[in-house]
Amino acid sequence: MILFRRNIISVALILIGVSFLVLGVWQEETEQVFRKAVNICMECIGLG
Amino acid sequence: MVKWIRNHIRNIVQICFTALTNGYAAGFVKGTIYKGDFKLICVPGLNCYSCPGALGSCPIGSFQAVVTSRNHFFSFYVVGFLLLFGALLGRFVCGWLCPFGLVQDLLHKIPFPKKLKKLPGDRILKFLKYIILIGFVVILPITVVDLVGQGQPWFCKYICPSGTLFGGIPLIAANPSLQSALSWLFTWKMVLLVILLFLSVVVYRPFCRYICPLGAVYSLFNPIAFYRYTVKKDKCTGCKACQSDCPMYIPVYKTPNSLECIRCGKCKNTCPHQAICSSFLKNDESEKIKRGNF
Repeated sequence: MILFRRNIISVALILIGVSFLVLGVWQEETEQVFRKAVNICMECIGLG
Repeated sequence: MVKWIRNHIRNIVQICFTALTNGYAAGFVKGTIYKGDFKLICVPGLNCYSCPGALGSCPIGSFQAVVTSRNHFFSFYVVGFLLLFGALLGRFVCGWLCPFGLVQDLLHKIPFPKKLKKLPGDRILKFLKYIILIGFVVILPITVVDLVGQGQPWFCKYICPSGTLFGGIPLIAANPSLQSALSWLFTWKMVLLVILLFLSVVVYRPFCRYICPLGAVYSLFNPIAFYRYTVKKDKCTGCKACQSDCPMYIPVYKTPNSLECIRCGKCKNTCPHQAICSSFLKNDESEKIKRGNF
């Protein structure tokens, strides 16, 4: 409990982070990430 | 042997983590990339997902991939991931888990006649990474769109040297079909890469200090993350040994949780009075230290 009280901002950010992660997965953002990541990103490697 | 491991523990962790997250060896041989399910998951450091060995996704690339699509204007998934890692570790990620950080660390070990503590204009240049984060990672990919509403990953396309080094060079070397697509953009990115690699020999981690948008994100968490540094006031004499030995030239005795600190831990070993310590818990002593920013 003392740990949580002393690191209240960090704990709050972690909770927000986990909520955002869940929301992102629910909104199917992971599919967008996956689709981009499994194809060679021509912009990333400098081919435009 | 134990002493050697203790002295090189950070490099060992960096190498192991880079090998672990870039372990798809077949990609380097065939000139292709990994297409498995792990690509759903972001890695904490700057690690191009078009690196032939990459098993995960780069958070900066992933953020741009989501916001440049027509369906989303914001990526809760990637921001949530960054909040989680940032709140836990801050820039510890830069110092210990980033593959491009490892490259810069190794390059800086090369002898050079005149090594610099920082580049001229450092006080202003260190804000450049925040401008790149806001401009090239957030605003330009969201606002500059084509006729069908599709944006571009501006940072990856025009700046990221990690993509050129880990993705572009090995893929183009091993894949003849990509060689025919070379253009001015590749030349531009190669010029940037060569300048950065040379600067990395002269000054410690120029990319992390001045350009990296991921470092900019994690830096904001340094003062509030679970993992923090503490200076014991009763032991610190203000001798500045920590600052003179700090590769980022941070006055650790004044600002142990500086936005620029990558948590390399050198100051802890250097301090002659063992006044600097790190922990995942905020203790009473750290309460007394004024939280500095730079």
